Amino acid sequence: MSTPAVLASLLDFRRLDLLATGESALHRLDARAKVVTTLVFVVCVMSFGRHTVAPLLPFFVFPIAIIGAAGLPARLIWRKIVLVLPIALLIGLPNALFDREALLDVGGVGVSGGWISMLSIVLRAMLAAAASIVLVAITGFPAICGALERIGMPRPLAVQLLFLYRYLAVLGEEAMRMATAHELRSSGQPMSIRLYGALIGRLLLRTWDRAERIYLAMCARGFTGDFRTGQSSRFGWPEIAYVAGWCGLFLLLRMQDVTHWLGAATLGALR
Amino acid sequence: MSHHLVEARGLTHVYEDDTVALRDVSFRITHGESVAIIGANGAGKSTLLMHLNGHLTPSSGEVRIGETPLTKETLPAIRRTVGLVFQDPDDQLFMPTVYDDVAFGPRNQGLPEAEVDRRVREALECVGVWTVRAKPPYRLSGGEKKRVAIAGVLAMAPDILVMDEPTSGLDPRARRHLIGLLAEFSHTRIFTSHDLDMVLELCPRTIVLFEGAVMADGPTREIFTDDALLARCELERPLTMQAAPAGGHGRN
Repeated sequence: MSTPAVLASLLDFRRLDLLATGESALHRLDARAKVVTTLVFVVCVMSFGRHTVAPLLPFFVFPIAIIGAAGLPARLIWRKIVLVLPIALLIGLPNALFDREALLDVGGVGVSGGWISMLSIVLRAMLAAAASIVLVAITGFPAICGALERIGMPRPLAVQLLFLYRYLAVLGEEAMRMATAHELRSSGQPMSIRLYGALIGRLLLRTWDRAERIYLAMCARGFTGDFRTGQSSRFGWPEIAYVAGWCGLFLLLRMQDVTHWLGAATLGALR
Repeated sequence: MSHHLVEARGLTHVYEDDTVALRDVSFRITHGESVAIIGANGAGKSTLLMHLNGHLTPSSGEVRIGETPLTKETLPAIRRTVGLVFQDPDDQLFMPTVYDDVAFGPRNQGLPEAEVDRRVREALECVGVWTVRAKPPYRLSGGEKKRVAIAGVLAMAPDILVMDEPTSGLDPRARRHLIGLLAEFSHTRIFTSHDLDMVLELCPRTIVLFEGAVMADGPTREIFTDDALLARCELERPLTMQAAPAGGHGRN
């Protein structure tokens, strides 16, 4: 990745954090409600059979509705979702190559189960990524970790998660500096494997040092492993309505093939 | 009993690789004093600061803050008393917005949100950057970052301010503003710095470290005119005193 591209994706990353400081009704909801809803969403999406495609599509209504209601920048969220596509394709590709049994006939051309399962994997990855990114954008990562702890995740694990997120940003910044330093003196030459290895090692050491300094700075300001975000933490009727409403919809979409109903209803109306 | 006292008694620190960073360091800094700790690179300044906030444990000797020895049990209370401002504000500013970053300390103290808000506002207004409260820290200039980092510590209402290289990396104007700001504080202040001109302006007392040991502890002007001492500790007079004859006083 070139330096400007690294920079762009890094700034995007920080923008996600900034979005969480918004003032919409969704932002104000207790983080636990949003975390639980997202977990139920991901479980529902992931529990479909491997050749499922159409029943997944209605699930997109969740991230789209949240993006609309919270006033999130759709393009930014989309760019983040796209980042998971290569990984999903990589996981799905072996299915397409090895599972060659035709499952579907489209205009006389047989589509193998492998291609359908790959499409299913990609859709599920996009849905899970969309829901998670939207969750971070309306909640903020520290509040998510706090919510996870309060709904039963062991504290050391929740703290680890928070630091993982912080240090990812630190790693990105250090990588950006090293990429710039390389670019300035490389005269356009690509990086050799040997140099690449040396840079990665150096990057880890630098990140380690920097992460330690940040941790010291957090301790110096009284950090003891508790998450205090200043956001309200009242689980009231709005939260209950949010969780019940969305989870009810997810379960309905999971249990019933709504796309099939809609298709049948549309065809019935046309006749 | 005053919380504003800082005392080191026979403080020695040996790192795991057997490097002796501090050798039998002793001093006592009293209420409202402004003291500089100076020394060449590797003299032990940063190690000493890390001890004042309990980030390092002495190999021998002790640190006392307000007559309380620094131990694992007293650490949380001492960290409330001693505010440490890091050299690189990027290490200190990690929350998504300036406001949240300054609120990080007060929230960790478990203060109610209304009090947190009051502290954040006061701290940001004190250093003159209330207007940037909604900005992400990485969008700020170097001078603003430094001010926000100081506000983050002020918001915890410490009795003692410890600052590592406060003016490093600042342009002349931002440096001048910062020195003006630091001069107004009534806290007990401890600075480490290579900016000896700043030291001359802000600190009536200076402690000189060399290879981990205290080589001098006294009035700043006397130390800066002792050329033999400065040479032995691999230091030079501040720029504003370099043109002055030995024993004379430079422009202030």
